[in-house]
Amino acid sequence: MSATRAALPPRHQLAEAGRPVDRPRGSTLLRHLAVVLAAGLLLVAVSYAVEPFRNFQLATVAAYLCATAGLTVLTGLNGQLSLGHGALMATGAYTVALCQNAFADRGMTGGWLLVLSLGAAIVSTVAVGAVVGVAAARLRGPYLAGVTLAVAVVVPALAVTFDGVFNGEQGLSVPVEPPPLALGPYFPYERWQLWLTGAATLLALLLLANLIRSRYGRTFRAVRDDEVAARLAGIHVARTQVLAFVVSAATAGLGGALLAVLALSVSPGAFSLTLSLFLLMAVVIGGLGRLAGALWGAILLVALPDLTHSVTELFTLSPAVAQRLEGNLPLAIFGVTLIVVMIAAPGGVQGLLSRLGRRLRARRS
Amino acid sequence: MDRFVFLTVDGLSRGAVYAAFALALVLIWRAARVVNFAQGAMAVAAAYVAFTVSTATGSYWLGFVVAIVAGLLLGALVDRVVMRHVDHASPLNPVIVALGLVLLIQAVLGMVYGNEFRPAEAPLRRSALTVGGFAVLSPYDLFVFATIGVVVSGLAWLFARTPVGLRMRAAAFAPEVSRLLGVNVGGMLTLGWALASGVGALAAMLVLPTELGLHPHAMDLVFVSAFTAAVVGGLDSPPGAVVGGLVVGLLLSYVSGYAGSDLTPLAVLVLLLAVLLVRPGGLFAPVVARRV
Amino acid sequence: MTATDLLVVRGLVAGYGAAPVLRAIDLTVPAGTIAAVVGANGAGKTTLLRALSGMIRPAAGQVLLAGEDLRGTPVEQLVRRGMAHVPEGRGVISELTVDENLRLGGLWRRDRADAGRALDEVYQLFEPLARRRRHLGHQLSGGERQMLALGRALVGRPRLLLLDEPSLGLAPRVVARTMALLRQLRDRTGLTVLLVEQNVRSALAVADQGVVMSLGRVVIAAPAVQLRDDVDLRHAYLGF
Repeated sequence: MSATRAALPPRHQLAEAGRPVDRPRGSTLLRHLAVVLAAGLLLVAVSYAVEPFRNFQLATVAAYLCATAGLTVLTGLNGQLSLGHGALMATGAYTVALCQNAFADRGMTGGWLLVLSLGAAIVSTVAVGAVVGVAAARLRGPYLAGVTLAVAVVVPALAVTFDGVFNGEQGLSVPVEPPPLALGPYFPYERWQLWLTGAATLLALLLLANLIRSRYGRTFRAVRDDEVAARLAGIHVARTQVLAFVVSAATAGLGGALLAVLALSVSPGAFSLTLSLFLLMAVVIGGLGRLAGALWGAILLVALPDLTHSVTELFTLSPAVAQRLEGNLPLAIFGVTLIVVMIAAPGGVQGLLSRLGRRLRARRS
Repeated sequence: MDRFVFLTVDGLSRGAVYAAFALALVLIWRAARVVNFAQGAMAVAAAYVAFTVSTATGSYWLGFVVAIVAGLLLGALVDRVVMRHVDHASPLNPVIVALGLVLLIQAVLGMVYGNEFRPAEAPLRRSALTVGGFAVLSPYDLFVFATIGVVVSGLAWLFARTPVGLRMRAAAFAPEVSRLLGVNVGGMLTLGWALASGVGALAAMLVLPTELGLHPHAMDLVFVSAFTAAVVGGLDSPPGAVVGGLVVGLLLSYVSGYAGSDLTPLAVLVLLLAVLLVRPGGLFAPVVARRV
Repeated sequence: MTATDLLVVRGLVAGYGAAPVLRAIDLTVPAGTIAAVVGANGAGKTTLLRALSGMIRPAAGQVLLAGEDLRGTPVEQLVRRGMAHVPEGRGVISELTVDENLRLGGLWRRDRADAGRALDEVYQLFEPLARRRRHLGHQLSGGERQMLALGRALVGRPRLLLLDEPSLGLAPRVVARTMALLRQLRDRTGLTVLLVEQNVRSALAVADQGVVMSLGRVVIAAPAVQLRDDVDLRHAYLGF
């Protein structure tokens, strides 16, 4: 037991920091704050250094990072597998779209409205997450995977079911205000997007990092490692699992909302089952249970399609073939990577998964 | 009344397909303790092979047979090349690997065939015959019932009455003891995967003409419905899977007929959640549940 | 080794992971005899049987069955070489019926007719099983399970029968009957038996040869009569 625990990497470290955390006991909050501030400054500097398109890509990474960080807390720290996080992202995205449209229809303007919409997105996703989480807390292994898979498949379809509200496959546009004039008349929109998503994501990460270090984080891990022991130690297992799901849902909702704000639109196609699988793959490959792993996963989600695009451009292909390759090659690579990592190099992932296994077995008996 | 009869027949016809697909899930679950989340993608792959053969030769039936053969081979391949090497210590590992397979298979299909719907033709008329003023069964429904009936009873016979079936059951229940008794457990496992995948391919061939057509994701929702069917019946029970399939088929048909077809996905989700929360072992859970 | 030695084990080392449980086991069982391996818990008795039937791979040493080296033979092939292993806990498959369990024991045989005859013989040998053909394994009593496990092994007409703790959890009367049956089988069909037992008295009562194991080694192998009757030997190796 102690051996496997020691072998696990430090789980609670901010991606940008990359330094061990079991150090000074001082104030965790202050230290995390410092790291976040440093990361924020770095982000601002980078936003001036790179071209607008890269800014947009970084903003997308930030949006994905919200979702992967939440998922890695759920699956990595609390031991619950969710294939439904794409659907939770959709919930956040549609909420932000509906709110922004409602504000625009009433002629309300102002940058703070977006904050309100994002807040609403989080609230609605928390509500959905609570429902799924309550169910999830009672389910094990393949059953949990199956239910969350059903959520992932069904929820995007609801956009078509209730197309009066969600406008079917077409989706909704998301009206977003231009950058404030205070930043100057020629402030690039993409840079503004990066600032916006970067700020929201860093805030979310700060909260997550503190949560992980807190009493709640310890109960998450305790429940994951050994449910029976956790219960004997006075931890309310089901409540802990629901809480983990809700927290994870909140960040997924925020991530989805940010994606919608970036794309200025939402449609069910963007939140298919594939997205849920991508998120899972990102956290598995990145290393379950680590916020740093979530960052790598998020980068991969944005970079790999871009990379395959560049690769297909090297060859002279007919437009139809090129389009097929571009759309599908990243999926194929993701799929193969997922399989290979699980079979050949379970390394970093493995220790945790065996814990999950122990937990699942413990639950059954 | 007329409408009710029509919806019931339609529901049973769909349900028969779900039953077959759920049965395939149960087969692998019993043999390998893996819920094969890639089964939908594998079945679609087999259907695409059939599509290619049928287009090239002009014969639907040749394609039909090829689909089943392709399904059998793909199942064996997935077991030998991938699943055999997965560490089953944690039940999450095979799930994640199966999801990787989903991504891979769908991507390959998209690359080869494109991500647009292709027409999936039905070999027989789908409009219902009228008996005494009632529109009852279409020839295609009859074909579906007959095929599924043959497959289900064939599997039941195989498992209950043949030496191979006995070996497969023994290997699934007690692999170590079975090896001591001379059973090639690995071979039985591969055979189980092949059979399940073949049945899945057959189910896909039957259901696709009633859906939007051929698409890499065409079986996603069917998979969820069939998973629900298997859960309704209890993942360990083949007869349960068949009954569960019919139940889900009927439910979806009624929901779609009386409340609107857009609501069917939601109905599946609600049913799945309801069953899992109320009777997690399924409606037909055996008294002695085997621990994994 | 003489021509009549059915099982010969030389320098067998085996275990789980790094630490060997068996340290250089030497053992010879002549054809048509019963050998009883006895010893305290953790002496390596079960591990010995598992290593013999290939369920764990020996790290070193040699196992000869009728002169043939068994190294590298897959577990599922051993029954074709004439070795039957009734594992710890008997290995009755509780989801299968009595009849299915028994038939499973003969499925590997090419000679279907003789497999059928062997099945009939087992039913004659174990009357209660014949009455409960259609019952599932988990519906049987402990004694019936014992019969089923033994019968299933006999359907394969083995030359060598490995038995792991046949007396475990059974009433003394049932144990006595089992032991008597083993002797009867030896005398009538020339069956060779390697028996692992905690129940030293009943094991030595039926065995021709007694093998005492301790901490992964054979400390003494002697005629069972001698172990049973020689007070000094008994005190020294068996502690009673």
